[in-house]
Amino acid sequence: MNFDDTPQEAEFRATARAWIAANAPKQYEDELRKSSLGRTQLKNANILEVAKAWQKKKADAGWACLHWPKDYGGRGASPIERVIWQQEEGPFGKLSGMFIIGHGMCGPTVMAFAREEHKRTYLPPLASGEKVWCQLFSEPAGGSDVAGLRTRAEKDGDEWVVNGQKIWTSGAHYSDYGILLTRTDPTVPKHKGLTMFFLDMKSPGVEVRPIKQASGASDFNEVYFTNVRIPDHQRLGEVGDGWNVSLTTLMNERMSIGAGVSTGFPELLEYCTSLMLDDGPAIEDRAVRSKLASWAVKASGLRYTSMRAISALSKGERPGPENSIGKLVAGSMIQDVATYALDLQGASGVVSGPEDAEVAGRFQAMLLRAPGTRVEGGTDEIMRNIIAERVLGLPGDIRVDKDVPFNKIPTKGRG
Amino acid sequence: MNFDFSDDQKQLRDQARKFLTEKCSPKAVRIVLDGKAPYDKKLWKGLAEMGFLGVAIPEDFGGAGAGHLELCVIAEEMGRANAPVPFSSTVYLAAEALLIAGSDAQKKKWLPAIASGEAIGTLALFEGKGNPSPKNVKLTAANGVLNGVKRPVADGAVADFAVVAARTGTSGRDSDISLFLVDLKAGGVEVKSLTNLDPTRGQAEIAFKDCKAEPLGAAGEGWSILTQVLDRAAVLCAFEQVGGSDRALEMGRDYALDRIAFGRQIGSFQAVKHMLADMYVSATLARSNSYYGAWALSTNAAELPEAAAAARISATQAFQHCAKNNIQVHGGMGFTWEFDCHMYYRRANAMALGLGSLTYWEDQLIDRMRKKNAA
Repeated sequence: MNFDDTPQEAEFRATARAWIAANAPKQYEDELRKSSLGRTQLKNANILEVAKAWQKKKADAGWACLHWPKDYGGRGASPIERVIWQQEEGPFGKLSGMFIIGHGMCGPTVMAFAREEHKRTYLPPLASGEKVWCQLFSEPAGGSDVAGLRTRAEKDGDEWVVNGQKIWTSGAHYSDYGILLTRTDPTVPKHKGLTMFFLDMKSPGVEVRPIKQASGASDFNEVYFTNVRIPDHQRLGEVGDGWNVSLTTLMNERMSIGAGVSTGFPELLEYCTSLMLDDGPAIEDRAVRSKLASWAVKASGLRYTSMRAISALSKGERPGPENSIGKLVAGSMIQDVATYALDLQGASGVVSGPEDAEVAGRFQAMLLRAPGTRVEGGTDEIMRNIIAERVLGLPGDIRVDKDVPFNKIPTKGRG
Repeated sequence: MNFDFSDDQKQLRDQARKFLTEKCSPKAVRIVLDGKAPYDKKLWKGLAEMGFLGVAIPEDFGGAGAGHLELCVIAEEMGRANAPVPFSSTVYLAAEALLIAGSDAQKKKWLPAIASGEAIGTLALFEGKGNPSPKNVKLTAANGVLNGVKRPVADGAVADFAVVAARTGTSGRDSDISLFLVDLKAGGVEVKSLTNLDPTRGQAEIAFKDCKAEPLGAAGEGWSILTQVLDRAAVLCAFEQVGGSDRALEMGRDYALDRIAFGRQIGSFQAVKHMLADMYVSATLARSNSYYGAWALSTNAAELPEAAAAARISATQAFQHCAKNNIQVHGGMGFTWEFDCHMYYRRANAMALGLGSLTYWEDQLIDRMRKKNAA
């Protein structure tokens, strides 16, 4: 058991550090360092443009998608090297947010299921951030129950014709491509009639409508498909095998460990160190310290859990669903942390404007964004089911729709 | 970086598990639980023969000279088996204090005896209510004799010797405290067993009356040595707690798979599944924090104080959480003496107090994080 770099790792770290020092957009470092959940933006620049420029610069120098093969725009780096890069990239890593879905989920799915020429065409610009990808899975009728989706794809010659609606699509409004899960056969049970494709988001018949979130911001979209035509060669996997293909996507999401879930703890610790309460500094207060300590060990526990997973990965072991705990723990923790930070402010915690609020309203913004973290990418409840069923081996829920043809499943609750 | 135990260490863990599964069944634990023996002497002898008692004691002092990572994996198995032996008092506290502060003669006298299972040791720190703090040490040492009362002393009734924290000054500083080594079989002490939450590990009151004692470490260094001993013990106890958490989780999982109600396995109800999933989360966080503690312990890293406090808090919370919800999953049967659930519940809650309370360690963690940030 050790945390020391091997000579090769140390050399890699030194190279990465030197390159970042010479090339990172330093003018934004301070702002990025202070940004947190619900408020990752730059005052005097468009963060998407800054992010794309940084990604392109990295790609040109071989620092993009480190774990991908070189042929597809990556570096062929080891899992540990990837972690070292993330440690060195520091606050500039926050600029990778818009690429996480493309790099973590879409790319690996394309890599596993697309034909070779497509991989060589589409993956390098995805790695370099020149093209952004989104993932079109969730629907109004299929959130936690993804396999309940209703978007239809029907074969017409060498093409498929797609009609339906997706929802909660992160970044669809700035995406160039998407991977799309559709229903190709409604007469068989729900998991069996699905097929995966990728498509150009500029295709005729694709309409993206931003969703105004409870927080007021718009990160997600509704995407409507009206007679959208997708060539059959853009199919990912076999017809009817979409469910298994989507599991690969989700498995890759878990493999992309280290993306670093945010817990709000460093921000709270920093805040409590400077905050004065009636009886003195917050950090001297017994009750505050007890809360902080409990959150501290959750944050460190998550950090070391991911290091254990990386160690396993570097030995060729496949990280399993146990990594679901990251999102589950961090999601509700950041909500609790934000709530507590406002509680410490008393009545003035209600003020949320960046100009008037304490620490520029970062905890208010965090509070308003936090409910989404407990829902997106699998609700807390789905995460607990995954742990219970796949890690602990408990029985699945009784599924009344399992063996029923999809078009015979009820679609309405009351009335 | 390699954040895992080595294959040899994992093999040692398997070996310890196999040994304890055979020699430390719940039935064997119950002999001590029911008060029919103060501890499991046969198991203690077996642990000595396996080399487990001296695994981290250097070969020069009769140990196996392996190291603290090896001790961590054994600790985990001791916790999993709920072993009714004075392992933590002897190995994590007394032996560690000797290793840190003992003279060559003191080490030669006691460490081989610990490794061979002939001597049981303990730490006599507490004097009634309160957490580890110099101001809570009232027992006095003067002219080589101790006067005062320690309680509770873990395994005090079966111990052959004790490391005793004593007051040797009145300046109000940490340097008022010195440590002493006392042969408990040499007279000058009155030992009384105390009824306690977890009868599988005894607690006692020890009254020292003009009791002869020899200094352990330099005069006035007592508190500094104790802090190190408690940190090291915190990591080792965390591994016991992690082992206990895992076992309690497993028991709950197994019962949820076996028990049928409303015509189905109760483990298929989300209310039960989610409770078990949350137990898994606690246990996993505790394990990861403890691994970091193990690394810091084995390398004597500057991070040890912070890592030890984090492991202590996380593992304490996890074991309490898993032990109490294991009973909940079992329903009424979990609340019977007959089922083993309460043994883990007792152990979890006793261990949560043994080295000082959760709030004490929370306070320590924040202090230590601030110190690090200020440095």
